[in-house]
Amino acid sequence: MKQTLLSLSKLSKQFDDRKVLDSLDLEIFDGEFITLLGPSGCGKTTLLRMMAGFEHPDEGSITLGSQDLTHTPPEARPLNTVFQNYALFPHMSVFDNVAYGLKMENRPKPEIQQRVEEALAMVQLEDFAKRKPHQLSGGQQQRVAIARAVVKRPKMLLLDEPLSALDYKLRRTMQVELKRLQRELGITFVFVTHDQEEALSMSDRIVVLKDGLIQQLGTPREVYERPANLFTARFVGETNFFPGRVDALNDDGTIIVDVFGLKRRFRKPDFSVVEGQPLHVLLRPEDIRVLAPGDDDGVAGKVVERNYKGSTLDSVIHLTDGTEVLASEFFDEDDPTFDYRLGEPVRVSWVDGWEWLLPEEPAVVAEEETVDG
Amino acid sequence: MGNTLQQPFRTAVLVLVWGWLLLLVFTPNLLVVGASVMTRDPSTFISLPMNLDAYRQLLNPLYLDVFLHSLYMAAMTTLICLVIGYPFAWSLSKVARKNRLLLIFLLIVPFWTNSLVRTYALKLILATNGLLNNALMAMGIIDEPMQMLYTEGAVIIGLVYLLLPFMILPLYTVFEDLREDFLRASHDLGAGRWSTFIHVIVPLTLPGVLAGVMLVLLPAMGLFFVPDVLGGSRNLLVGNVIKNQFLDARNWPFGAAASIMLTLAMAFLMFAHRLSKRRIGEDGV
Amino acid sequence: MSRWLPRTYLTLVYLLLYVPIAVLVVFSFNDSRTGYEWGGLSLRWYEALFNNRAMVQAMWNSLWLALSAATVSTLIGALTALALHRYRFRGKQVLNGMLFIVMMSPEIVLAISLLGLFLMVGLQLGYVSLLLAHVTFCLPFVVITVMARLSGFDERLPEAARDLGASDFTMTRTVLIPVIMPALLAGWLLGFTLSLDDVVVSTFVSGPSYEILPLRIYSMVRVGLKPEVNALGTLLLVFSLVMLMLSQWILLRSKR
Repeated sequence: MKQTLLSLSKLSKQFDDRKVLDSLDLEIFDGEFITLLGPSGCGKTTLLRMMAGFEHPDEGSITLGSQDLTHTPPEARPLNTVFQNYALFPHMSVFDNVAYGLKMENRPKPEIQQRVEEALAMVQLEDFAKRKPHQLSGGQQQRVAIARAVVKRPKMLLLDEPLSALDYKLRRTMQVELKRLQRELGITFVFVTHDQEEALSMSDRIVVLKDGLIQQLGTPREVYERPANLFTARFVGETNFFPGRVDALNDDGTIIVDVFGLKRRFRKPDFSVVEGQPLHVLLRPEDIRVLAPGDDDGVAGKVVERNYKGSTLDSVIHLTDGTEVLASEFFDEDDPTFDYRLGEPVRVSWVDGWEWLLPEEPAVVAEEETVDG
Repeated sequence: MGNTLQQPFRTAVLVLVWGWLLLLVFTPNLLVVGASVMTRDPSTFISLPMNLDAYRQLLNPLYLDVFLHSLYMAAMTTLICLVIGYPFAWSLSKVARKNRLLLIFLLIVPFWTNSLVRTYALKLILATNGLLNNALMAMGIIDEPMQMLYTEGAVIIGLVYLLLPFMILPLYTVFEDLREDFLRASHDLGAGRWSTFIHVIVPLTLPGVLAGVMLVLLPAMGLFFVPDVLGGSRNLLVGNVIKNQFLDARNWPFGAAASIMLTLAMAFLMFAHRLSKRRIGEDGV
Repeated sequence: MSRWLPRTYLTLVYLLLYVPIAVLVVFSFNDSRTGYEWGGLSLRWYEALFNNRAMVQAMWNSLWLALSAATVSTLIGALTALALHRYRFRGKQVLNGMLFIVMMSPEIVLAISLLGLFLMVGLQLGYVSLLLAHVTFCLPFVVITVMARLSGFDERLPEAARDLGASDFTMTRTVLIPVIMPALLAGWLLGFTLSLDDVVVSTFVSGPSYEILPLRIYSMVRVGLKPEVNALGTLLLVFSLVMLMLSQWILLRSKR
């Protein structure tokens, strides 16, 4: 069922001594919503622009089905882009903007009229056809940009941080909207963002990029729950990194790890482990349990910050050895122990089986703290 | 807080500025309009009765020829400036930022240099035994000196030379503002280079073109010293006619009417410029 | 090709712009009398220039006119810019529009309208009429230069000064004037150069009592070639180059 639509192979690109893409391979499936996620300068935009044809790789190839696109100019590629600041032609009406691509194909007038109207109806802008872009709100401009790109019925839609200029609320609405459009049109969406929340909520698959290399490729769930390395774990969501040490290897596929003096039994990780090896135990804030000081489970600590977030209550807890722990708990009105005050002693534990283990990465660990905020 | 001082200060400034502009801009222009509908008078310059003789005289074939010839030379000047300036401004906008500042500086140096002196410098080059003729003869391209000075061509060359920066600077501004994204979007939607040029680049740079035309076309009809130095008596500008009517022939109504025609041309160009900026959603100034 | 073609083109146009100026400078040191052939290096035209009493007098007249016109127009222009920037008043758009029209309208239109005014009120054509005219055409350029500076600065600075107890007048003196100082200098230099360069307006509003340099040059170059003009042109070129560099330096330094 998953058929490759676009395949990128061994793409490399260098800008003045700086490697932006480093021999990158990626297969994009037909009909999927795939997100390129990473911090600025990670190469995600360059990668997108290469697909669109605005940049050319120093090495490697881009193929669409059986067609080699590597040297095809942008105007001849069956892909269309939604630009970061929309790039709507300011001298044309909304209608003319959307019709532009069809005019370039020399379509007959009635067909253009009909298809533009359809496209505008799809983004609920039928009544705005005669307006100029500067007479529209940011969200409306965004919709025009999408209509203009999809009216050509591209094989693939490339979206370059299209929501970054919108305010938070509008961004959420547009996320749902984009998702709906993608389902309805059945077109492959390649979405570039640096916002991990956006990536998690919209994508079928996420490509986490850093320094022109793919750090991880997987479903949002895989990326969030089973990060492939420390970078992904840090970049996607908030994480507590606890220092652990392998205490014993069991025959039943589990290992015993010493975390803050607690001996916990974990599933054996994918990487090889030996006795005495240090490793990272990753726990998301929502995996953390805050217990009463009298509890015999967990590690002793002190609440130093409490932030009411509506549906959750986030705390920062300092353990006795100074480690900072982020905890995010859902409200439970019936739990009397729930409401700890600042400075109150507590104990910190977690539900076994929700942790994730990663090996030490000496180069990276050296420059970062154990717990990342 | 400070109101005792604020009001007098504010009032003083506004009175000064308004006074100056009313006295030295508004009233004089009103006078010109008035003069244009009066009768010529050798001793008091103008006198009653009021009539439209001056405007009728504009249509006199003798002057109409001069005006049309002036318009033709101004139009040619503008066209040449546009043809040279458009690709020039485009290329300039693509130069690396650091070098660009120097290049723009080099462009405005001539603007700060006495224009009469620069016109005179052209005379050195274009004269019958001037540099260009000597160079062409030395290269064997021509056998005897060509008449270059005191021709229509010399006037146009002079005007282009003086006015080219005025075409380039507004064009450069629009090219600098032209976002690369618009061109990318156009290619992305299937347009080739030519289509993109016609449908996107030209309309988006149109305000700059019109501003440039305005800054070149009007002076190209008024800079009377250029024909005086380079053109001889047969290649006159509207400016020469106005000057002669005011300073020599003492026919003020006629000179005023001619100058009103120039002003109307300016108003028309300003209107077109404003319109073109509105179209792309910028406030016209 | 996409790289060298624009560069070649730019170079070519710059060459065309600068060849006449270069010719002028080179020929100002020419010893030949005809003005077309090279007769060896000489400073004789500079000498002739400074021995020409009328010419030297015109130079001083021009310099004095430019100095005073630049100063007056900077004063009024700066106040106008401040008023346009700070105050709401009726007719603000009209004022803006009038300044814009003065800047855009052909010089000759301004020239004849001022001539008409001066003759009507019976003003003797000379220094005063020249000054009034020059200030008028310099004014919009000063206003624009100062406005550009004002629009780029934090609206809250004057408010902060007022909040701390400064009167409007004191605030203008202690906060606004220092902020717009670079623009004032640049505007002054621009006005100075415009005044020194003007031929069109001066032709109409000057009288025999006060001869200025551009008009003197004008009468010299209308017929034939005058080698002294080469020397004079070179001096003017160097002078305006220094002025321009000064103003650019002031503007660039103030942006830091």
